[in-house]
Amino acid sequence: MPFPEVKFYQVGTFAAGNRLLDPDRRSVQTRSDRANSITSGHRACQGCGEVLGARYVLDAAMRATGGNVVAVNATGCLEVFSTPYPESSWQIPWVHSLFGNAPAVASGVAAALRAKNRPDTRVVAQAGDGGTVDIGLGCLSGMFERDDDVLFVCYDNEGYMNTGVQRSGSTPPAARTANTKPVGSEPGNVFGQGKSVPLIAMAHEIPYVATATVAELHDLEYKVEKAMSMRGARYLHVLVPCPLGWGSASRDTIRVARLAKETGVFPVFEAEFGVVTAVSRIRRRVPVEQYLQLQRRFAHLFGDHPRPDVVARIQAGADRNISRFGLLAGPEDATEPSGN
Amino acid sequence: MLSQIEGSLAVARSVMRCRPEVVAAYPISPQTHIVEGLADLVRTGELSPCEYLMVESEFGAMSACIGASAAGARAYTATASQGLLFMAEALYNASGLGLPVVMTVANRAIGAPINIWNDHSDAMSQRDSGWVQLYAESNQEAVDLHIQAFRLAEQLSVPVMVCMDGFILTHAVERVEIPEQAEVDRFLPPFTPRQLLDPAHPQTIGAMVGPEAFTEVKYLMHAKQMEALDQIPAIAGEFEASFGRAAGGLVRGHRIEDADTVVVALGSVLGTIEDVVDSMRADGVRIGALGIKSFRPWPAEEVREALAGAGRVVVVEKAFAVGAGGIVGQNVRLALSGTAPVVFDVVAGLGGRAITRASLRGLFEDVLADRVVPDRLHFLDLNTELVERELDRSRRGLIGAHAERMLRDLGTAGAGPY
Amino acid sequence: MLKVRVHGRGGQGAVTAAALLSHAAFAEGRHAQAFPTFGSERTGAPVVAFCRIDDEPIRIHEPISEPDALIVQDATLLHQVNVFDGLRPEGYVLLNSSRTLDELGVAEVRTGRRPDRLLTVPATAYARRYLGQPRPNAALLGGFAALTGAVSLGSVLDAIRERFPGPVGEANAKAARDAFDDVAQHRRQLADA
Repeated sequence: MPFPEVKFYQVGTFAAGNRLLDPDRRSVQTRSDRANSITSGHRACQGCGEVLGARYVLDAAMRATGGNVVAVNATGCLEVFSTPYPESSWQIPWVHSLFGNAPAVASGVAAALRAKNRPDTRVVAQAGDGGTVDIGLGCLSGMFERDDDVLFVCYDNEGYMNTGVQRSGSTPPAARTANTKPVGSEPGNVFGQGKSVPLIAMAHEIPYVATATVAELHDLEYKVEKAMSMRGARYLHVLVPCPLGWGSASRDTIRVARLAKETGVFPVFEAEFGVVTAVSRIRRRVPVEQYLQLQRRFAHLFGDHPRPDVVARIQAGADRNISRFGLLAGPEDATEPSGN
Repeated sequence: MLSQIEGSLAVARSVMRCRPEVVAAYPISPQTHIVEGLADLVRTGELSPCEYLMVESEFGAMSACIGASAAGARAYTATASQGLLFMAEALYNASGLGLPVVMTVANRAIGAPINIWNDHSDAMSQRDSGWVQLYAESNQEAVDLHIQAFRLAEQLSVPVMVCMDGFILTHAVERVEIPEQAEVDRFLPPFTPRQLLDPAHPQTIGAMVGPEAFTEVKYLMHAKQMEALDQIPAIAGEFEASFGRAAGGLVRGHRIEDADTVVVALGSVLGTIEDVVDSMRADGVRIGALGIKSFRPWPAEEVREALAGAGRVVVVEKAFAVGAGGIVGQNVRLALSGTAPVVFDVVAGLGGRAITRASLRGLFEDVLADRVVPDRLHFLDLNTELVERELDRSRRGLIGAHAERMLRDLGTAGAGPY
Repeated sequence: MLKVRVHGRGGQGAVTAAALLSHAAFAEGRHAQAFPTFGSERTGAPVVAFCRIDDEPIRIHEPISEPDALIVQDATLLHQVNVFDGLRPEGYVLLNSSRTLDELGVAEVRTGRRPDRLLTVPATAYARRYLGQPRPNAALLGGFAALTGAVSLGSVLDAIRERFPGPVGEANAKAARDAFDDVAQHRRQLADA
């Protein structure tokens, strides 16, 4: 199996799950010697998926490298809420330059570390979907193409949240944002747009590409540690619900992320050098309604003027993901080329 | 229709009245409500026909406007600060190609350090890009300037940016008269492109020009902006006749006729300055204010004439040329060269620091009492203790990120490894 | 000119409150300017919004450092932010709380001020009663109308209904009306005392 078998299904808390696991398989976050790369005092909203993801990712990277990480951050929620002048939540070396250049800045840091003969210090770059999918894509492609030794992490909350919830290239169809309101003939974001940066990353045939969500935190840590065991360009795309932007309850962040996977809306997989090597199967498939109904950004599809036709299109998209990646059946039934 | 409305939304409605056919949108604080407002107007069909493109960056936004304009559509976008810089190459491209794009710049400071609040460093950084730059003093003027901007841009085939102070104007809910569609239609005819991508009549746009003709091309750009010095007041005059209120123009004076001291400024701070001027006038001080409405082209003659009678000129500006001095100040000195007035150059309001009546009054009184040295750049409300400490540290060779350290010095709790 | 400063926390509608107040003044034919301060905010962080009301056009654009009136939407701000900073001696204070100023530990604000201008009103309770949510901004505007007379209750209710159409507007309007009556009665009691 490409990732650890979790013996006990985690139901809402890590306490039970970790206590019963072998010590060496417990989450980084449960260890008292964890790095606390992003420590308390940041200004993230209650229930923020992004800061949860960042905490897990960076502490796992720190553990994997023995505490030898430099972080490069794009402009966005994570950067803003972690560094409210004159305070900073970062306990690791951290630089913020601009919105669209995090991959290029990270490439520069990695090059400098090579020039200074410091191979043990590793670079993790991070950005939201805005800084990755849209304005950062050119620089990201350059970093991939050069195979620079950087792990790039995209925290995808499917919109420009820090500037007030505007649509990005990652916003799903039909979702309400500040500039894709549920008025007019196509309520919310239009269908037929959007892009999958994980697939774009795979097209660059870089050593490692993976997707993850904040619902499966062991899996997230595993993928980071695996990525840090490799050299070259690596890409991790993490789905992080945003209670404010998605209109979900702050206590539902992990639940919503789990439903994104269990509906097939967000495929969770790993790929190496352009081929899918492992897929995280859907445990118990559920229809997309269960996922959509927890989020006010999809409220216009239900209620007084329901749009079952739009919901059906969303379901069709999830079905396509399931068939394409083999999320239910074995990989031999997937249409996406797999390495197995 | 007279409305109580947020500045951004008023501008969105004004732009809607101008019937743009392509709007390219990329969000950046503090312009977001403008592009969101336009998104809603397109969705409801109030603004139609209009293609609303949500682009992947500001460079994409201006590039899309260039393409749209070249294909004969009236094109519009809005940005600020970092976004304006991200499209800098495209700004020069639009002006070089003579495309009449109109853009709102919701003035915001440029980082590092990252700052989302108002100052003029963004627009000032692009003052040489070949764009016309108009500055609004109020939300009403912002609404009015957009209408004039489309007219000017298309008459001259030059792109125009309308600057309005981010947050201070964009996010203020004020009383604004939003013109009716019929009124705007009478003032602004449909766009007749001077160059067009059309299979029926193929044209090449954007060829390479070598040393044999480049100078002439640039000269003609300059000549066009010189022509704008006549067109801007003409259009403003027509606007006043049609809509019944003054807006735009090159400069506007407030009690400068017999003023010994004139304060020069751009944008929303003029309102505050006029208030101080009135209060000092009531105390018998002969002081006035000159608002620069068009910064590019630079109305040198109008500025010289307006300041002719003054002994002292105080330039209050929201940006400066690092390592050189004031920007508006430099331009004012140029206009006044060979004439009498003494010029004081004051930088204020950087990164959103409020410019208060109290501070301004104190400044003007200091100038009048000869407590301010001319020919040197002054920073209003500078925390000299803070900078002295930092300069001292630098002299002693201490390392570290200076901005972060200065802010810790300001006395609030810090976290981190230092 | 009346200068009003609204203190609240992100998500409580302080910015909307200032805007609605400006709409109410506009409806009465007056000039009004409303604007917020900006920070990298999130739900729950302290927020300040301003509103100027005058019969003349308002030209200035600076934050209000010497308010004539304060609306404090959240009593937990009292010992975190200096909400009373710059308040004019004859100024008004309307504070969202079911407790008195003494009980809240800010009795000192009364020194040198007119007692009938410093009041608390349980705006959150009124909001919960009709809206089912602790969003006190509309109710506080009703109370503000009674406290200062700067705008009429009618104008406030119209502004509320225009901003929040349908049942939400009606619920907010009811909360505003209750707060208005509460404050008006309270003032009468203080006047009779």
